[in-house]
Amino acid sequence: MTTLRVLAAMSGGVDSAVAAARAADAGHDVTGVHLALSANPSSYRTGARGCCTLEDARDARRAADVIGIPFYVWDMAERFHADVVQDFVDEYARGNTPNPCLRCNEKIKFAAVLDRAVALGFDAVCTGHHARLEPVPGAGGLTRLVRSVDAAKDQSYVLAVLTSEQLSRAMFPLGDTTKEQVRAEAAHRGLAVADKPDSHDVCFIADGDTRGFLRRHLGSTPGDIVEADGTVIGSHDGSYGFTIGQRKGLGIGRPPADGRARFVLSIEPVSRTVTVGPAEALEVLEIEATRPVWSGCTSPDSPVDCLVQLRAHGEVHPAVCTPDGDLVRIRLSEPARGIAPGQAAVFYDGDAVLGSATILTARAADLAR
Amino acid sequence: MSHAYLDHAATTPMLPAALAAMTEELAQLGNPSSLHNAGRRARRVVEESRELIAEAYGARPSEVVFTSGGTEADNLAVKGLYWASKAADPARRRVLATATEHHAVLDSVRWLAEHDGAEADWLAVDTAGVLGPAMLATAVERDPASVGVISVMWVNNEVGTVQPIAELASVAAEHQIPFHSDAVQAAGQLPVSLAGTGATALTITAHKIGGPVGVGALLLAKGVQPVPVLHGGGQERDVRSGTLDVPAIRAFAVAVAAATERRGDEAKRLASLRDDLIAQVKAAVPDAVLNGAPSGPGRLPGNAHFSFPGCEGDALLMLLDARGIACSTGSACTAGVAQPSHVLLAMGADEARARGSLRFSLGHSSEQSDVDALGAVIGEVVERARRAAR
Repeated sequence: MTTLRVLAAMSGGVDSAVAAARAADAGHDVTGVHLALSANPSSYRTGARGCCTLEDARDARRAADVIGIPFYVWDMAERFHADVVQDFVDEYARGNTPNPCLRCNEKIKFAAVLDRAVALGFDAVCTGHHARLEPVPGAGGLTRLVRSVDAAKDQSYVLAVLTSEQLSRAMFPLGDTTKEQVRAEAAHRGLAVADKPDSHDVCFIADGDTRGFLRRHLGSTPGDIVEADGTVIGSHDGSYGFTIGQRKGLGIGRPPADGRARFVLSIEPVSRTVTVGPAEALEVLEIEATRPVWSGCTSPDSPVDCLVQLRAHGEVHPAVCTPDGDLVRIRLSEPARGIAPGQAAVFYDGDAVLGSATILTARAADLAR
Repeated sequence: MSHAYLDHAATTPMLPAALAAMTEELAQLGNPSSLHNAGRRARRVVEESRELIAEAYGARPSEVVFTSGGTEADNLAVKGLYWASKAADPARRRVLATATEHHAVLDSVRWLAEHDGAEADWLAVDTAGVLGPAMLATAVERDPASVGVISVMWVNNEVGTVQPIAELASVAAEHQIPFHSDAVQAAGQLPVSLAGTGATALTITAHKIGGPVGVGALLLAKGVQPVPVLHGGGQERDVRSGTLDVPAIRAFAVAVAAATERRGDEAKRLASLRDDLIAQVKAAVPDAVLNGAPSGPGRLPGNAHFSFPGCEGDALLMLLDARGIACSTGSACTAGVAQPSHVLLAMGADEARARGSLRFSLGHSSEQSDVDALGAVIGEVVERARRAAR
């Protein structure tokens, strides 16, 4: 085996600690790096729920001590704020529903950090993501992304935005292991983070209140809540507080005439209009996505039969994807509900990632051409 | 891989004689405050140590107040002297200190300003980091009766700039203002004297001169009584409480005696090694900028501090660490993120220059091979760090 110079990104959690330990056990020359993502380290998270506290930096350092590898903290606060936090706010302001973990992988971990690592002489960046990398069959050394064996923890969806070049310098040592096994291994290795709770939600929103966070950044921008026919049935103080498919917290004063539940169908940020309707109006058959990245196959020039996943931890839908310049047109074989612009559409062949693109628009079944 | 320790300003190896004295003393019994035989034995060790240290630093034995180290001594001097001044005259709220002080002084002053009604008056330094006596006089004379305490470090811990402490102390003395100097970096390599400067208080610590971590002293002029920070048994002149750490104090004294005895020759040896280090770095990286004063009496013999244009200090440190060379970027926050040096910023450097800097510091165990090891890799390391910063 070739000994690689590996930079292990260590969040202070159990996954990245075990990943770093496995990379070191495999004989690689591993250096641990904790990414400081907030200019004020105590500001992002209180307690052990996320990735950005002083306590997490300490936990990562202790894990590196136990593994026996050098350890440093890299200041990524400015890049993280510009590329992830600001992007998150801007996307909501545009009426989209962003995925900040995906953006962090795309712009920070496998871009800013990877680029700096390569320039400093490292060969690869290792993380604790639950996903596998394997050679593309018959594609001479190309690496593709494959789902984790632990379906419940699989993170291929938030990694699918990576290009094959990025994947060729990535190392995910946990893809063949369940989360339960990772915790057991951490305990066996004497890593104190073995029992640390999983992180949830958005790491830079300390109290978990996304709507409150957006209100602080975007201010109050009142608008109407309307039925599909334009009837105004309520008001809101910021369209960024809504996501396609949302049912709770609509604040509709009186029950709709038909007595049926209402769901958010669309968000129009310029007029600040939030359109609601019954559940079946959420159904879409055709999706248009942009900025495709084909990492698991050569860029296709004809329609591809595949499975598509349209949100993190969402189910997969059989579909036909047709590349069209910078767009991908996705035709689902059965209608899907609650498809939000801004989320990623990830294309799979079985468990292997073919590529991904960002959802632009979704059309209801009866509008399909 | 070769190993070169070029971070003696952070801490320097214990001298074998100090280590032996400490180890021997750890096996002994006795609290120096006890009145029985074991206590008297321990007390004798403390007082002999106190006498050695006093003699080395131009102080009387009663002017040596043992502390847990430099940070505690700085806190006691800055806060204690401020509180004592203010108690005598409530108008004495002004605290004068340079913007390049160590955090133990800097943050003590800030704390007094934020919580105790003090007015922090930061003294500007020139581009070499020097505070001229005339600058201090101007600041004092704005309103001499309002100054509670002045604190100016003897040698800057990052860039090694030596302040004209005797002249600065005499400015303070003219107006009967208490004058403190953090002499932690100076005490091992320069002739430091309480009586010789006329300062009110000087901070020294053992682990920068070959003694153990965890013991230091405030050299405190006779008759001066700062308000205590720690309350308790009043063991040290009723100014500092806490059972004295006899083994550490004995080792401290052994280290001070050894350092004092060979100081002149050692300073010459270190200055010559340091000059070679500067020459080797400049040869490999012609655009490296030496921060602080030029070689000579204005610069600590064991200090070299550079900015490397186009580099991040933390990248340089990591690359050198991987090649067995230990140095320092100055300060890091609690999480471990390297910060742009407040010292360089105060000396007029821009943020990029303050971020891309490294300190190399030499001490008693430094040899030519350490300098050569750095010289052999610094060019390649800087080139790589530059690529990473693009």
